[in-house]
Amino acid sequence: MATGPTTALRAGAARRRRRRLVRGAEYAVFAAVIAALAVLADWGSLRTNFFNTDVIGGLFPDIITVGLRNTVLYTAIGFVLGLAAGLLIALMRLSSVLPYRWFAVAYVEVFRGLPALLIFIFVGVGVPLAFPGTNLPGGVYGQAGLALALVSAAYMAETIRAGIEAVPRGQMEAARSLGMSHGRAMRTIIIPQALRTVIPPLTNELVLLFKDSSLALFIGVSLGQRELAKFGQDLASEKGNTTPIVVAGLCYLLITIPLGHLARRLETRRRGEAR
Amino acid sequence: MNAIEITGLRKAFGDEEVLRGIDLTVAAGEVVCVIGPSGSGKSTLLRCVNVLEEPTAGTILVNGAEITDPDADLDALRRGIGMVFQQFNLFPHLTALENVMVAPMKVLRRSRDDAERIARDHLARVGLADRADAFPRRLSGGQQQRVAIARALAMGPDVMLFDEPTSALDPELVGDVLGVMRKLAEAGMTMLVVTHEMSFAREVADRVVFLDGGVIVESGPAAQVIAEPRMPRTREFLARVLDPASAVDPGRASDSSADSGTGPGKD
Ligand SMILES: Nc1ncnc2c1ncn2[C@@H]1O[C@H](COP(=O)(O)OP(=O)(O)OP(=O)(O)O)[C@@H](O)[C@H]1O
Ligand SMILES: [Mg+2]
Repeated sequence: MATGPTTALRAGAARRRRRRLVRGAEYAVFAAVIAALAVLADWGSLRTNFFNTDVIGGLFPDIITVGLRNTVLYTAIGFVLGLAAGLLIALMRLSSVLPYRWFAVAYVEVFRGLPALLIFIFVGVGVPLAFPGTNLPGGVYGQAGLALALVSAAYMAETIRAGIEAVPRGQMEAARSLGMSHGRAMRTIIIPQALRTVIPPLTNELVLLFKDSSLALFIGVSLGQRELAKFGQDLASEKGNTTPIVVAGLCYLLITIPLGHLARRLETRRRGEAR
Repeated sequence: MNAIEITGLRKAFGDEEVLRGIDLTVAAGEVVCVIGPSGSGKSTLLRCVNVLEEPTAGTILVNGAEITDPDADLDALRRGIGMVFQQFNLFPHLTALENVMVAPMKVLRRSRDDAERIARDHLARVGLADRADAFPRRLSGGQQQRVAIARALAMGPDVMLFDEPTSALDPELVGDVLGVMRKLAEAGMTMLVVTHEMSFAREVADRVVFLDGGVIVESGPAAQVIAEPRMPRTREFLARVLDPASAVDPGRASDSSADSGTGPGKD
């Protein structure tokens, strides 16, 4: 009995020693792998193929004025359309009209369950077939925007619905008690509050869209309509060099990392305000 | 004319019948306080009057119009009925001024200038002219509740409903809100007030209604119901409310304490 505490102490010390050993072994393996990669890599070839300064020079300014510009354009069009559609679907989901609810549920299920790539191919191939002779306004911009909107509307609808449901019931009651109709109360009281709370998740959705806009290349774009990924790919095969892909990647990160940080900042600020 | 006329009002949530036949009239300019234990249906009664809850049976006339009529224009009728909630329910994304302006602008189609003038006037009347630009979360509970009262008044209602307007407030802030309500009563507003503030009920109300188990157990002039309740249940309830510290151990018989609270308890 009296030896109990001492044994426990000793066991604790042993456990600490063992944990230190394991941690040390992990570091050692990690460092060895990095070192092996560094030794095995052909640094000369890496530099010429991935960070080739001659190729980099040739990329500018087109990678910005064409590639990044189009990426931003596709994303912006897709986001605005998707937000409008998402809001509409969220409202249908919350409607008392049963067929609206069915439609909204079906839409969300279908478009969340499909790969984005399939939707781009579908818009590129299917829409011209289904509605022959019709041209989407904006051509490829309209098509890419539509595809991105179709993908994002499902996610945004669910986010916005959660945002609307998170507005306390008393808000609707106060608005109705002032004589506002249901629709008026939604527009002036509920939705503005809901949108405020969903700005952080919608910013994350914007990051996702920004990356998904690369799928526009499956719609078939002309030279001037190429976005970052397609632009990088074309130049990579043209020059027989991977550097354009690396630079295109850096361009994505230039936008996605700050946006991601912004989303997290907004989220923390919102939580602070809620208190 | 009667401002509110409730006849045979019943309300059930599923199997649970919360209001079991309420008859109550409030004359124009009258102040009626509704008291009663928690869960007795006070909020439900009030919420039926502007049909935030749809009655299961019975009719309610407000200013002579039947608001329980399925064909009634609820939005139009509700404009004449102001409501003040226990939790204030201010619109958090709007400033105090905008909270008061929004309904006159969007519902009554008043111009922005008109709405603002009226809103500032009402804020001044509840003593908050200087907080017009503050958002609700920057206001104390008492200030929020006074903005909520101004918001309701800005619609120019004929009737005001108050559901425990001071229950969520720190004790030192209760007086400001009750003061505003007292002024409103003196100005002749028709008021139906659910409250636990017995001194307010005694001094301001024309009549007090005691609700328990979904029925009106006792109703009469404020001084009589509070000072000399006729029904044992009223007496027991008042004893608990007026002097909570003296309440008997819930495990023991409660009849012995029933009389101790009938005197005019001063808080
Ligand atoms: N929306 C609802 N759905 C189901 N039951 C409800 C609903 N609203 C109220 N109730 C029930 O009705 C009863 C009366 O509620 P009500 O809020 O009217 O009481 P109250 O007298 O206002 O009580 P309190 O003093 O606690 O506010 C309670 O038992 C409550 O659980
Ligand atoms: Mg209540």
